[in-house]
Amino acid sequence: MDYNRAAKYFLLMDFWQGFRLGFKHFFRPKVTLNYPHEKGPLSPRFRGEHALRRYPNGEERCIACKLCEAVCPAQAITIDAEPRDDGSRRTTRYDIDMTKCIYCGFCQEACPVDAIVEGPNFEFSTETREELYYDKDKLLANGDRWEAEIARNLEMDAPYR
Amino acid sequence: MAFFTETTLGMGLVILGQCLLVLIPLLLALAFLMYADRKIWAAVMMRKGPNVVGAFGLLQSFADFLKYIVKEIVVPAGADKAVFFLAPMISFVLAVIAWAVIPFNDGWVVSDINVAILYVFAVSSLEVYGVIMGGWASNSKYPFLGSLRSAAQMISYEVSLGLIIIGVIISTGSMNFGDIVAAQDGSAGIFNWYWVAHFPMLFLFFISALAETNRPPFDLPEAESELVAGYQVEYSSTPFLLFMIGELMAVVLMCALVSLLFFGGWLSPIPGLPDGVLWMVLKMGLVFFAFSMVKAITPRYRYDQLMRIGWKVFLPMSLAWVVFVAFMAKFEVFGGLWARYAIGG
Repeated sequence: MDYNRAAKYFLLMDFWQGFRLGFKHFFRPKVTLNYPHEKGPLSPRFRGEHALRRYPNGEERCIACKLCEAVCPAQAITIDAEPRDDGSRRTTRYDIDMTKCIYCGFCQEACPVDAIVEGPNFEFSTETREELYYDKDKLLANGDRWEAEIARNLEMDAPYR
Repeated sequence: MAFFTETTLGMGLVILGQCLLVLIPLLLALAFLMYADRKIWAAVMMRKGPNVVGAFGLLQSFADFLKYIVKEIVVPAGADKAVFFLAPMISFVLAVIAWAVIPFNDGWVVSDINVAILYVFAVSSLEVYGVIMGGWASNSKYPFLGSLRSAAQMISYEVSLGLIIIGVIISTGSMNFGDIVAAQDGSAGIFNWYWVAHFPMLFLFFISALAETNRPPFDLPEAESELVAGYQVEYSSTPFLLFMIGELMAVVLMCALVSLLFFGGWLSPIPGLPDGVLWMVLKMGLVFFAFSMVKAITPRYRYDQLMRIGWKVFLPMSLAWVVFVAFMAKFEVFGGLWARYAIGG
């Protein structure tokens, strides 16, 4: 019989030790982030909400190569394309089903012109599923809205690519 | 004044008033205890806890309350509707009626009956019905498993709880809480209380109380990691709220019992300071703090460990203690430390 262990058991030694540790942490500074008011830092590689970017002159980058559509493992992207009046190849439809998307970032890896990117925004929850079926207009609007952050992130991440 | 003391209606009104006088402060206190519980739990984990609703989040419980009552009540298909809704009500009502015999100060008690302890334990034994009925009526697997666990657990620990209070009853010679507290009165203040005479039983009682009220580390009936939330899985909205209030009220009841049985209720710890209801509240608060800390620092026990502690450790120990106290009281050892009734305490 292990008397030492039995004594520890009956004197609730483990418990007192835990109590002491708990008390120590009780008075430590809190690590809570008051989320909606405070936010943690995001990596430049953070893969959030999608956006379609434009060139500085306002021309959309996407050339409808459909590499993103092909690489998408969740098959969330749907693209239709036609030549435009000036002869350049552009998308007529660019849909992302955000409810299917797994945020793997393959689309932005595949894109030869950095058109489709996953931006830093992660606060785009909606009340209905329909609102999460993004079309081209929504994606371009996202691009316009987040361009500054996206450009900065791409630049910061460039040395590691 | 004759109206209140002689007519049936008058006496009924007085009793109703007394009930409300206990119930309303109790429910209000419960809201803040819930908040305190979450804050303490959070603090040990180095979190801030609720801090948005009201100053320091003090009104969090009221926000939760509103949320619960405006939510939709979901009744699972195939549930036994009558029993399904009866269960939370039983749970709540039983938790409330136990307070009828709990005194907060000398004579501050709704019903001053001579078998008060017996009544409290009868009521808290019945509480298992709320859980079992809830689990069974949900027509779902996890709630049923949770309620089965709960039944075995609550019955097991009631045995040791009962034996522990028998020691106190032997010492006092009465089952009335007023007498039990009066028996702990003496010139030595804090050292006159039963926690000295019944020292090991204080911890046994506390741990049994944790198991009896399904608090962590013995919250196996609602083990969220395996049973999602045990018997409460299928409950939403107000029925869930009733379960929650009932559960917390049972916890606070155990706090009151610990203060009354072992810490001298409303007696002042320092001789010379006046006794009063504030001491009772303070003691209950401290015991509740211990409950919360235990919740924060202990991992959940395995079911066989729980049963082993209950039947192989607590039962023999409390049984031996009853025999020990009986001898000590009979022969009035140490100047009647265990025989307060004999020395006129």
